Amino acid sequence: MRIPPASALTVGFVALALVPVVAALLNQPFYLDLVRRIMIFAIAAVSLDLILGFGGMVSFGHAAYLGVGAYAVAIPAFYGVHSGFVQWPLAVGLSALVALVIGTLSLRTSGVYFIMITLAFAQMLYYLGISINAWGADDGMRLARRSQFGGAVDLGNPYVFYYVVFGLLVLLLWLGHRLIHARFGMVIRAARSNEPRLRAVGFATFRYKLAAFVLAGAVGGLAGALLTNQTEYLTPSYMHWTRSGDIMVMVILGGMGTLFGPVLGAIVFLLLEDVLAAWTVHWQVVLGPLLVLIVLYARRGLWGLLAGRG
Amino acid sequence: MAEPLLSVRGLRKRFGGLVATDGVDLDVAEGETLAVIGPNGAGKTTLIAQLSGDLAPDAGTIRFAGEDVTALPAPARSRRGFARSFQITSIFREFSALDNVALAVQAHAGHSFHFWRRAREERALREPARAVLAQVGLATRADVEAGALAHGEQRQLEIAMALATRPRLLLLDEPVAGMGTDESQRMVALLRTLRGRHTIVLVEHDMDVVFALADRISVMVYGRVIATGAPEAIRGNAEVRRAYLGEEVRA
Amino acid sequence: MSWLLVLEQCLNGLQFGVMLFLMAAGLTLVFGIMNLVNLAHGSLYMVGAYFATAAFGWTGSFVLAVVFSLLATLAVGMVVEVVALRTLYERDHLDQVLATFGLILFFNEAVAMVWGRTALFTTVPKALSGHLQLLPGLRYPAYRAVIILVGLAVALLLYVVVSRTRLGMLIRAGASNRTMVAALGVNVRLLYTIVFGVGAALAGLGGLMAGPIYTVQPGMGDDILIQVLVVIVIGGIGSIRGALVGAVVVGMVDTLGRAFLKPMLSTTIGPVAANDAGPALASMLIYILMAAVLSFRPQGLFPAARG
Repeated sequence: MRIPPASALTVGFVALALVPVVAALLNQPFYLDLVRRIMIFAIAAVSLDLILGFGGMVSFGHAAYLGVGAYAVAIPAFYGVHSGFVQWPLAVGLSALVALVIGTLSLRTSGVYFIMITLAFAQMLYYLGISINAWGADDGMRLARRSQFGGAVDLGNPYVFYYVVFGLLVLLLWLGHRLIHARFGMVIRAARSNEPRLRAVGFATFRYKLAAFVLAGAVGGLAGALLTNQTEYLTPSYMHWTRSGDIMVMVILGGMGTLFGPVLGAIVFLLLEDVLAAWTVHWQVVLGPLLVLIVLYARRGLWGLLAGRG
Repeated sequence: MAEPLLSVRGLRKRFGGLVATDGVDLDVAEGETLAVIGPNGAGKTTLIAQLSGDLAPDAGTIRFAGEDVTALPAPARSRRGFARSFQITSIFREFSALDNVALAVQAHAGHSFHFWRRAREERALREPARAVLAQVGLATRADVEAGALAHGEQRQLEIAMALATRPRLLLLDEPVAGMGTDESQRMVALLRTLRGRHTIVLVEHDMDVVFALADRISVMVYGRVIATGAPEAIRGNAEVRRAYLGEEVRA
Repeated sequence: MSWLLVLEQCLNGLQFGVMLFLMAAGLTLVFGIMNLVNLAHGSLYMVGAYFATAAFGWTGSFVLAVVFSLLATLAVGMVVEVVALRTLYERDHLDQVLATFGLILFFNEAVAMVWGRTALFTTVPKALSGHLQLLPGLRYPAYRAVIILVGLAVALLLYVVVSRTRLGMLIRAGASNRTMVAALGVNVRLLYTIVFGVGAALAGLGGLMAGPIYTVQPGMGDDILIQVLVVIVIGGIGSIRGALVGAVVVGMVDTLGRAFLKPMLSTTIGPVAANDAGPALASMLIYILMAAVLSFRPQGLFPAARG
């Protein structure tokens, strides 16, 4: 695993840290909002990269965990429970549980079956969300209040919220870095490389893959909790399978199997979406073939191009 | 003889219409090297795959050290002392040679639900791995990416990964496949050092290798064992000659 | 709950199942023979519906609309295969998933560019807009009955082609061992294009029949695609028989669940709770079924034997 040049990383993080300052100076709160949204999806993309890029598990239902996390915040809020200390652990725990169930059923299969099954189960959750009228059905509903943490951490303050997301992103990247190089990470990466070989030397691979799947789901749930706070809205469309596709594109675009690739991918994807949308309302007609071309010709993603052969 | 370490009875496996293993019986004593030979398509690799747990048989039993292991999958058999090398090189190409062997060591060094400490800094994994690499002659190539190793070196790495798990039983599937003469001789010399210390089931086409290493030989044709015995006896066996040379022997 | 109502819903379930089959047949063959995950299959269904609606609008003739739609969808399918999919056969599944996902985005937007985002309105043709008296007290829409008949006819036709013709033999051989088929000197490229084209035409047929009874809008293929994937997982990849069985089972379970689960639940947990729980559970039924099948037969009910 190449460690990217420390200078590039530092520049990147400093730039992210300074966005609120710049936004305040320019009196453009929009940028704050946009970059915060990008970072939330970066967290989601990094979590998917753990199982997709490092573990080789093509899970096409990752958006489901964002959805579960979002519901875990918005539903309690609907019933008057606004404490983030209740909502956020619930988001992480519930999505971990859902990942445990889906993973246990899906990881017994591989290849085409695995992709289709993860897709189907995630979509099931979407349909479940649409059909519950009490919580807005397919229109969704507003988030009553952002998660409350009391004291200094007031998510209602856009700067505070920004740095909370930034801090979480940095923390998760650091933890991810440790995990990739620890025993657990080596097993996951080897499973992608050659699973029969891994089993032949004595690893019961299922439990490790499932653990990675659950971890990824849990972090996805955290991203979902952040997302619903960001938009102040809850809608089942967070879980639609095309959202899963978007996150997967961010991972591939940025460079799968690297820690920072997904972050780069989220940045480029969402900025591109913004730029293209301003140009034409039919921007997806460009994005579609663009994706196809990227897949065909630029598999290592942007990070592969940038980080170079070093 | 004392109870054999590995005992196979009535092993059967079909793939659709093809019978790959047709009622195989085998006994291998502890410390013995049994070579399995036979023409192409005889089902030798399928047999190894069933012994290692990579493939589940349709019928039959496999007993190891007095225990029925037939239903156990490959990782469980590895924990009981099975190790396998693959006919088509099967390694972790993106990792270094040392990483490859260290992974094999890691599999038997407690669980791997460790999320913090760098595995590459664990001496308990690296040092035994280096020792095994030295044993197979790859000490100087420890940090080379496995996919970049020469073919012969990759075959050596296969053996290293098998040895790193400290097995009682080695299942070697054509260890010298694709090797030149020098490399083959080095591999045979290495395997000679393992004789007696491990129980070995060796599938090979190269008869020089077979006669250099085997205590006994079993001959497989169309999924059945048609003869088992000491090397000289097999050399002189008419049925074996017929299986290899075909109808010409009759005339 | 009268038996006639149950019977009517069973017919609806069969009708839905037959439409799922039309899509599942093509998709399972493409999976089985070309080892290609094609998420854009739903887009062909959508394209079929749009072409039929447009053609009907231009000509006023249902027959012309059907013919045009089938041919046009077949053409689109073949173009897509040659231009975009050929390079994907050798790629891994992740690449295929992403590339075909890109195709979905393209098709959804292209269709919106030409016809707009709002749903198109299309009607059942006059000749088929009546009802059939199947049993005393049971009148069934003629159009839906025709869908069932067409679907079963296609199933029969596919059965005959796959089991009695040379093309069918190649298809079965290809599903079982594609490298062998290529090694035998068969023009694999042409075989693939034909298989894909047939699949596309079937999807288009499903789409054009669906137009009058479901909404014609961008993205209409995405949701049915997921249900088709469930059908294939349950039925087994590469198997037409599996696709038919899977499709009918899924169609029945889904339709009957949506129709009867809420009333059945009302009697146990009360109408207010059932108002939410009923549809929620009904929408999850086919996935629960899939999970159940997976737990005792991970390859599906009738997997094509892989060589």
